[in-house]
Amino acid sequence: MEKCQEIDELDRKIVRALQGDFPLVAEPYKVMAEQCGISEEEFLARVEVMRAEKKIRKMGAVLRHREVGFKANVLVAWEVPAERLDEVARQMAESPHVSHCYDRNTAPDWPYNLYTMVHGTSREDCEEIVEGLAAETGITNRTMLYTKKEWKKTSMRYFTEA
Amino acid sequence: MQALTTFDKALLNLLQGNLPVCSRPFQKLAEELGTEESVVLERLKALKEEGYLRRIGTFFNSSRLGYEGTLVALRVREDRVEQVAKAINTLAGATHNYEREGGYNLWFTLLTPSSEVESAILARVRALDGVESMLNLRANRKYKINVQFKLA
Repeated sequence: MEKCQEIDELDRKIVRALQGDFPLVAEPYKVMAEQCGISEEEFLARVEVMRAEKKIRKMGAVLRHREVGFKANVLVAWEVPAERLDEVARQMAESPHVSHCYDRNTAPDWPYNLYTMVHGTSREDCEEIVEGLAAETGITNRTMLYTKKEWKKTSMRYFTEA
Repeated sequence: MQALTTFDKALLNLLQGNLPVCSRPFQKLAEELGTEESVVLERLKALKEEGYLRRIGTFFNSSRLGYEGTLVALRVREDRVEQVAKAINTLAGATHNYEREGGYNLWFTLLTPSSEVESAILARVRALDGVESMLNLRANRKYKINVQFKLA
């Protein structure tokens, strides 16, 4: 746990407040500051520091993408030659249809090293987008990991371990 | 479910990456959209109720908070998928858990406070009845993390 020690107790409280339901009221940060037992000014200042330190990546709305028209998605695992990995990853990350693009470890029976989450309006649309990415990059070996069932989708609750 | 209005789309597009950090954030958004703070708050409450807006949230960089993250793929015997999926769901650090097409049929993301905790959890997962094989696909580099959908 030693890596967590650079986050002090107040920052942990602030993280816990921010990861709860964001209050839809005129002064939401004041509500969260009260939960932490500090002033609104101190809360805002600490949040700015956490943003500057890149502990916070982004604050904003999370949409239910099925409801807003992006009805289909697919996780695609690509097998990219090591010497092209960085270049291909950057190219795929540029696509507006790709929300996540990670380079990951391989395993003995698993040669795939690049993962993209591709969003489209239908399964056919996803197939077309992926064909396009393959054509643009010249990477053809891939596996399409379509979802059969969503068992869990939550956001992380940090610093709640007993 | 009501269709999104032009105003709703503008509001959601603006809010997706851009929640202001100031005393009156919704007032600031209202100014940018040429409306009143109360209108923004009212619409956001309605969009949440109607299901378009999952939440307003803060996205943390898990590694900067001291957490280790990984993607785990399991090959689970078909008649045990449900039981294994439910066992994974009970893990606090398992945030996403999906049954997928292919030989590796259950995939979950796992965030833990240390690699020791991760190893201990994965040893327990590997030992679950029906789990035939497991891949620990740790990320080396994240090129894009951006769940934003431009609404037109």
